Amino acid sequence: MPRTSAARTPRDHADTAEVLEVDHVSVSLGGRQILDNVSFTVGAGEFTGLIGSNGAGKTTLLRVILGLQHPGAGRVLLSGRARRRRTASVGYVPQKVLLDPDTPMRARDLVGLGLDGQRFGMPLPSATRRAKVDEMLKAVDAERFADARIGNLSGGEQQRVLIAHALIARPRLLLLDEPLANLDLRSGQEIIALLHGIAVEHRIAILLSAHEMNALLPVMNRVVYLAGGRAAAGTTDEVVRSDVLTGLYGHHVDVLRVHGRVIVVAGPQFESDDASEPDGHDPIIHVS
Amino acid sequence: MFSSFMTNAWIVATIVAPVAGVVGFFVVLRGAAFPAHAIPNSAFAGAAAANVFGFSALLGLGAFAAAAAFGIATLGRRGRNDAVTALILVLGLAIGAVFLSSSSEYEPQLYSLLFGEVLGVSTTELWPVAGLALGCIVATLFLYRPLLLASTVPDVAEARGVSRYGMELAFLLVLAAATAMTVPVVGALLIFSLMIGPPAAARALTDRPPLAIVLSVCIALVTVWVAIASSYQTNWPIGFFVGAFGAFDYGVGRVWAAGRRSRTVRKRGREGDAPIDPSMVMA
Repeated sequence: MPRTSAARTPRDHADTAEVLEVDHVSVSLGGRQILDNVSFTVGAGEFTGLIGSNGAGKTTLLRVILGLQHPGAGRVLLSGRARRRRTASVGYVPQKVLLDPDTPMRARDLVGLGLDGQRFGMPLPSATRRAKVDEMLKAVDAERFADARIGNLSGGEQQRVLIAHALIARPRLLLLDEPLANLDLRSGQEIIALLHGIAVEHRIAILLSAHEMNALLPVMNRVVYLAGGRAAAGTTDEVVRSDVLTGLYGHHVDVLRVHGRVIVVAGPQFESDDASEPDGHDPIIHVS
Repeated sequence: MFSSFMTNAWIVATIVAPVAGVVGFFVVLRGAAFPAHAIPNSAFAGAAAANVFGFSALLGLGAFAAAAAFGIATLGRRGRNDAVTALILVLGLAIGAVFLSSSSEYEPQLYSLLFGEVLGVSTTELWPVAGLALGCIVATLFLYRPLLLASTVPDVAEARGVSRYGMELAFLLVLAAATAMTVPVVGALLIFSLMIGPPAAARALTDRPPLAIVLSVCIALVTVWVAIASSYQTNWPIGFFVGAFGAFDYGVGRVWAAGRRSRTVRKRGREGDAPIDPSMVMA
């Protein structure tokens, strides 16, 4: 198996405190190998894109980092230590959240639960608490709908509220599972700009999964490219190359750059009925 | 209507309604109406068993309700639990039928366990009911934050270390305790309608979770009080009134919510949102 993982490459940041270290993680579910020896690190304040097509193992990898999926082999370290239960040190924004419009809860209530939602007992209303929630709602540009019922908000608005919910506990790492999947282009760009600002300003590391990397190219410090359960990590220029991705996919892949955009195309000898083809919908272009 | 014979009925109704209001808020929030139906019906089998074997009815109710809660939480883990809940409900009714058939006083027993005998509550029965009621309310408020989080965004709660199974089990056990306490008093069907109607109405009236709980308790109290008074006046079974008023609460809540929504839409319309450009929408 070719080792394509470029886990430790020089970083452009001065302080390279590692917020997350994924160390030779392998996961098998139901006899199928989902992740195969995946290693990479994320430094403080870095914006990392976790790129791969459907079924490449992105969600499983995020679940391993969150401690919801036990890795068959390898380990995950958060700021150099093993993960503890009941913690808010890692923020998480899940994929496809559908909040019930009947739920009697305002956006600000959900953000408030981000402060201490894992603790028992009733929260006591306080001015400090309210100020923190207001500040966070402002940071994600959600003041307009702070008092609206969460279930009545649009997908993009709900996502901002969930980002605020995740960030108010001041995590060092924020994980987002396919946040762009259900958004229109403009909302997606707004969310990316917002996250980039947060990463830079508060030095919160961001690991964001997506099947499309072009929207992330302007802000991404590093990329973790997943294909067939294996990963290549590094800067975009180091990873998104024909030789690296060819090794990862196990068949020839061309990387084209057109007007600053990246297109990954299967090579000419590629058979469209090849079982290893990771994206069933689109047999020729993986990442447009 | 306020004679000494009626006093205990008023007291017990005033104890039961807040429990139904508080626990019911989470029943409705979690979409757990079906477990809230199955657990009291399993408890009913426990009461019938206690009657046949001659042990405390509260013990029978508690054991059967807790077993049903444990079964629903554990067997229905990771996903929908409706098939498991249905089978536990059917099993509870089946076992209850066997025990009742071996008893000579089949009909009055069945009637009081399903529809309650709020007018026949003795003073000695009040204390255990009050104790369990307080326990249920304290337990629900203790679970409040993680339960609210797990009921609203289970994935996010799990990422924070709030166990989905743990919350489900803890909540269903509280529901079982509330059931054990209320079934002999208001009956299996009444506690069910009291746990759904008032909280469902309350969530239509407010967007704030704590206020929704308070409103839910208030509506539940008014519902049972009016039901007792109506039952006394008409001599019709109290079960009819609790069930009917519970449904009425919900209807009023829906109408109120519809009115509020149309007001909000008109307000938003005036603000004039920019129309969406179809070419900007991703496939």
